[in-house]
Amino acid sequence: MDMFYFIVQQSMVFMIPLLIVALGGMFSERSGIVNIALEGKMVMGAFTGVLFLNIFQNPENVSDQGILLLALLVAMITGMLISLFHAFASINLKANQIISGIAINMFAPAFAIYIAIFYLDGQFVPFINQFRIASVPILGDIPILGPLLFQRTYITTYIGFLILAVSTIVLYKTKFGLRLRACGEYPQAADSVGISVAKIRYAGVLISGALAGMGGLIWIVPISSRFGGSVAGYGFLALAVLIFGAWKPMRILFASFFFGIMQTIASSFTAIPFLLNLGIPAAFYSMAPYVATLLLLAFTSKNTQAPKAAGQPYDKGMR
Amino acid sequence: MKRDSILSLISTLIVIIVGLLIGLIVLLASDSNQAFPAFWTMISFGLRNMRNVGDVLLGATPIILTGLSVTFAFKTGLFNIGAAGQFAFGGYTAIYIGVQFLFLPPPLRIICSILGAALAGAVWGAIPGLLKAYRNVHEVITSIMTNYIGMYLLSYTIQNTIFDINRTTTTRMPDDSNLPSLGLNYIFREPLGEGYRASAVNLGIFIAIFLAILVYIILDKTKFGYELKACGFNKDAAKYAGINQNRNIVFSMMICGAIAGIGGALIYMNGTGLSMTALPLLAMEGFTGISVAFLGLTNPIGVIFSGIFVSYLFLGGARMQPFGFSLELVNIVVAVIIYFCAFVLVVKTNIGKIFPKSREGE
Repeated sequence: MDMFYFIVQQSMVFMIPLLIVALGGMFSERSGIVNIALEGKMVMGAFTGVLFLNIFQNPENVSDQGILLLALLVAMITGMLISLFHAFASINLKANQIISGIAINMFAPAFAIYIAIFYLDGQFVPFINQFRIASVPILGDIPILGPLLFQRTYITTYIGFLILAVSTIVLYKTKFGLRLRACGEYPQAADSVGISVAKIRYAGVLISGALAGMGGLIWIVPISSRFGGSVAGYGFLALAVLIFGAWKPMRILFASFFFGIMQTIASSFTAIPFLLNLGIPAAFYSMAPYVATLLLLAFTSKNTQAPKAAGQPYDKGMR
Repeated sequence: MKRDSILSLISTLIVIIVGLLIGLIVLLASDSNQAFPAFWTMISFGLRNMRNVGDVLLGATPIILTGLSVTFAFKTGLFNIGAAGQFAFGGYTAIYIGVQFLFLPPPLRIICSILGAALAGAVWGAIPGLLKAYRNVHEVITSIMTNYIGMYLLSYTIQNTIFDINRTTTTRMPDDSNLPSLGLNYIFREPLGEGYRASAVNLGIFIAIFLAILVYIILDKTKFGYELKACGFNKDAAKYAGINQNRNIVFSMMICGAIAGIGGALIYMNGTGLSMTALPLLAMEGFTGISVAFLGLTNPIGVIFSGIFVSYLFLGGARMQPFGFSLELVNIVVAVIIYFCAFVLVVKTNIGKIFPKSREGE
């Protein structure tokens, strides 16, 4: 049973950032803007968030959750700022959405490392990593559910689930969500009833920036005590989760959970006696999440549809 | 030159100047005393002597090919983010043949290396192609997956085949498995003491340029290329016209993979003793190729120049370290340039509106 708890706790570490960033990507793509820049936005968010911790973290009280929340806010704002470039190019100038995404992906790590080397004399920005919660008061003592969800956890896990709940409601139960989806499917129709396609798409891209920036910081906090300008391809994996999740919140949850479990098996199979005894080389465990995703997609994607207007600049004349 | 090409050229030059200026501003903001000498080094180093010119061409060779791979995909309506994996598979296959197939005479062995690399790249490129054509899976996601799968698979394969345990890389190839320099070492060299120090630039750059021209001809002058482009432009119309679009998607991805794979062969066969790491790392050349492709405005001939330009910046950028600036500045400059490249197409159409084409015969 301990092994089971361990796997679930570990999976959260991989799953939550993927979930949040993929949900971010969802808001952008459902509004009609392809977002290949998730990786770059994560890097920017992680960078400024960690830099904030590096400067303002109080060595006397390192496990202060408040400072982490503030750092998350910083990361969100950074993600939104960098998103503005993506939004401006793809909405106002109607430029190719992939190109500006590539530019952001290239800019972000270069910028983070450049600044770190110049001002901190090293590629890495260190921070004190003491944010793990051993056990949530009261809730952590519940049998089964306690160890599963409320022990050895991070506050970011709950933020992730909160974002999932809010995203689902916003997308399906609000006027804004309906308009967002309309702009991604058939912007001409949305425009014809007086909705500003540009405004809605700006909102979509900015939300995606905020969530991706935040996701970047959430990715780095549990796994390291320094940030070196890379999120190890998690932005691209989030994109994969988004597509695997068919651009729908609950399926994204499932996709990120699946990927989280697979990553846990890949990274800690040596701690799982059953898998260790199989004698399969480590490289194949590392490959497993990607192979499994590929196979699953091959069998489930036949009928999934991307948002129809994603990737196409909105042209009023096309009505 | 056609009016369209002139417009592209002018807008690209403007974009490059803007990118460089922003780079200068970043330098000035970090250290105003060192900014100008460092900037000058970056933009002039590649032309300081013939050896540096040779090194620019040497560095351009693999990224022209990955750029070409991305360009080919883009022209046929696909986005090849998997060039990194195809490149790595090509590189590994070329090294394997170079190390193991010593029974072949050198020229034949070199040809086998390149063809083997093309085949390996094509096979790895075919996976996203097949999944896109027959299972409706977006090629971007499958390419991301195949990149990572390839990364771990190659790391494992290297460690179990041609492994140099001391350097944790592939075994060094014998010298005669490398591409011949064709006498280029007498042109691209600089005086050093009594003798000369030559650049390792070799046959590879000619192969890269030849392939770029070949891709241009295939895409623009043949029925096959026309069909591939038609699928990218409007797949329903292509289908209606009797074009087998599924088969064409697979062909496109295989050709992309082959081109990127050859890029991998040429970089490891360049005679500098470069070996492939056994660590699980993605090949950066694959991603630089995306930049090169868009900087070249996804034109096969443009890619030759953008590849040389990016290589030029990287060579000079590495020389900024003595001034206290990291090579990352080059990536910032290239990123800014690419960002503005996205506008080039927009600017071009608008210039076209302001100055309408003169009627023929006037």
